[in-house]
Amino acid sequence: MAKLEYAPAPESRSVVSLRPSYGLFVGGEFVDPVDGGAFKTISPSTEEVLAEVAEAGPADVDRAVAAARRAYGRTWSRLSGRERGKYLFRIARIIQERARELAVLETLDNGKPIKESRDVDVPLVAAHFFYYAGWADKLGHAGFGPDPRPLGVAGQIIPWNFPLLMLAWKVAPALAAGNTVVLKPAETTPLTALLFAEICQQADLPPGVVNILTGAGPTGRALVEHPDVDKVAFTGSTEVGRLIAEAVAGSAKKVTLELGGKAANIVFADAPVDQAVEGIVRGVFFNQGHVCCAGTRLLVQESVADVVLTSLKRRLATLRLGDPLDKNTDIGAINSAVQLERIRALADVGEAEGASRWSAPCTLPDRGYWFPPTVFSGVAQTHRIAREEIFGPVLSVLTFRTPKEAVEKANNTPYGLSAGVWTEKGSRILWMAQHLRAGVVWANTFNHFDPGSPFGGYKESGYGREGGRHGLEAYLDV
Amino acid sequence: MSRLEVRKTYKLYIGGKFPRSESGRSYPVTGARGQFLANAALASRKDARDAVVAARAAFPGWSGATAYNRGQVLYRVAEMMEGRRAQFVDEVQAAEGGPRRVAAAEVDAAVDRWVWYAGWTDKLAQVAGAANPVAGPFFNFSLPEPTGVVAVVAPQRSSLLGLVSVLAPVVATGNTAVVLASQARPLPAVTLTEVLATSDVPGGVVNLLTGAVEEVAPWLASHGDVNAIDLAGAGLAGVDLERAAAVNLKRVRRPADPDLDWTADPGTGRLLSFVETKTVWHPVGI
Repeated sequence: MAKLEYAPAPESRSVVSLRPSYGLFVGGEFVDPVDGGAFKTISPSTEEVLAEVAEAGPADVDRAVAAARRAYGRTWSRLSGRERGKYLFRIARIIQERARELAVLETLDNGKPIKESRDVDVPLVAAHFFYYAGWADKLGHAGFGPDPRPLGVAGQIIPWNFPLLMLAWKVAPALAAGNTVVLKPAETTPLTALLFAEICQQADLPPGVVNILTGAGPTGRALVEHPDVDKVAFTGSTEVGRLIAEAVAGSAKKVTLELGGKAANIVFADAPVDQAVEGIVRGVFFNQGHVCCAGTRLLVQESVADVVLTSLKRRLATLRLGDPLDKNTDIGAINSAVQLERIRALADVGEAEGASRWSAPCTLPDRGYWFPPTVFSGVAQTHRIAREEIFGPVLSVLTFRTPKEAVEKANNTPYGLSAGVWTEKGSRILWMAQHLRAGVVWANTFNHFDPGSPFGGYKESGYGREGGRHGLEAYLDV
Repeated sequence: MSRLEVRKTYKLYIGGKFPRSESGRSYPVTGARGQFLANAALASRKDARDAVVAARAAFPGWSGATAYNRGQVLYRVAEMMEGRRAQFVDEVQAAEGGPRRVAAAEVDAAVDRWVWYAGWTDKLAQVAGAANPVAGPFFNFSLPEPTGVVAVVAPQRSSLLGLVSVLAPVVATGNTAVVLASQARPLPAVTLTEVLATSDVPGGVVNLLTGAVEEVAPWLASHGDVNAIDLAGAGLAGVDLERAAAVNLKRVRRPADPDLDWTADPGTGRLLSFVETKTVWHPVGI
């Protein structure tokens, strides 16, 4: 079937007002950095400079941690859970009120399609604050003893793939549990975090409860190593996660790490093909594949491999790649030139190692960073594209014959974040779920998230869980 | 020059509408100092039965809504109540007497109570539910589900905080309610229904009757389509009502201590009074 032609339907940018430059958010106000650095953040779909952002140095980290410590001691830890909860409810409501603005800004800075930022990211952000707002006065019911205490100051570092959603996952439970935070957004996507700082101001959140430091790796390192930080929460690469685990060795810091993944999405012969294909697409091409739990290894039962692959390619040919602000766009821009280079290099290795490469026929825009949805078939377990996280719209297809073989192949990875199972047989879903060494198992669906549902990995995908009742533990002294 | 105020007609709240009693009756409500405040509708057996029909009709939609959605609706009630804070303080003070400061504290606590229960909608199953490690290849889990239509005899003294403290936990878990307001102090309850009507609470989820406990409560207690009854404000009549409730084995919550301090931490007791635990078995195997 030919692709239908749609007229352009761009979402208006006018809802967002960008300032030419942004300071750091410390102690409830925007301040200039002590060390004076700055960097530019660009729109990955056009390479247009969106704003200049302060780069926090060690002195700024000192100042922000001190502000968080003061707020912890003087206000936040003394408030009742009920009053903390009401601040979080306020924040949730303002996020709902300013949803469109946040969605457009997220899409501008990150490159993800507006239909995802509008319908997935931002609603989940509001829901996350709403959910943890409700826990603030119920901590004694959460299963960690009658009166669990907060940890103190949390240093939090988040990635660029879901900038505002990862902020919510970090900030909401931390505040609900009674901690104060210093958060560093990723250097390529700082803008929604800075808009969130304004939201904290609108909510009259006490100064210093939330501090936001923009910067790159060195800023994050200074935050992790700061002696007055009680808790480190990091979402990002396994490589950096390892460095953090080393850095905190011997300290009293509590750590949660949400790292990389190489999830298997397992399709049995009895699964409805069309439904499975939609799930495969959602599993790996959602957010350009910039998803740590993406189903990047398709394990399909041998007897239906051809049917599934044919159907998958037909479906991928209908995806619309282009302007992320266009409401019909399915695939947006790759977040940065660096990431695009990494994807290209690994895809080339895939070809060189003997897998066969197929890309959806789509025209890539002249400016910006783009990579077409790509499928490798004939992939062996030893191939790098089957072992390493690509973090892009690239799927590796392998086959299996028996459920046991599927489990062995699925578990044959140092990662263990998520997995998918497609079959009509309920008992087999549960058997597979029991044997898969992964923190989240999706059955007949993929990439679903909910604030009430714990998320996190086995093995080198990190430790600790975010979301749900379990997510509170990361921010309580238990 | 003074202006003559426009007074409000205090009506029932059934199925999202504000009818007078079908019986055409009313009764005078007086304040703590004996002053006339208003005529409230004197609900009849027929009004009670209409309210049960409305509550039953609203049950599939409300119990089927996501817990997140119900939480947002309950939080919206708190928002709307906060906006009418002054009005509630006036009415609670008129009904209960005492200093304005005390009435204000009661209203604030009532608003916060909605917030407390708004937060419980999507957490009760995480606290009261379980995955049960049965000995065998089965996945087995238990979840709380709403009981159905719950009749509530509201506390007689605490006209607003007492009412909210018994009503909110009933609807938080997905039940629908027929509430009989404090007989002598029904006016804050009627004003609360005006808040509910503008808070995205679907019509029929909460139905409010004003009138005589001894006349109306027995019909609710013996009604075959009511699944549970909270006798919080029934006092000594509670024994007969509990006996009547046995007809269809209603879940019964016995009368509360008339002197109960409703400002105390409510815990989860009232939430758990009106849920059923459902356990599901499923085999595990290739």
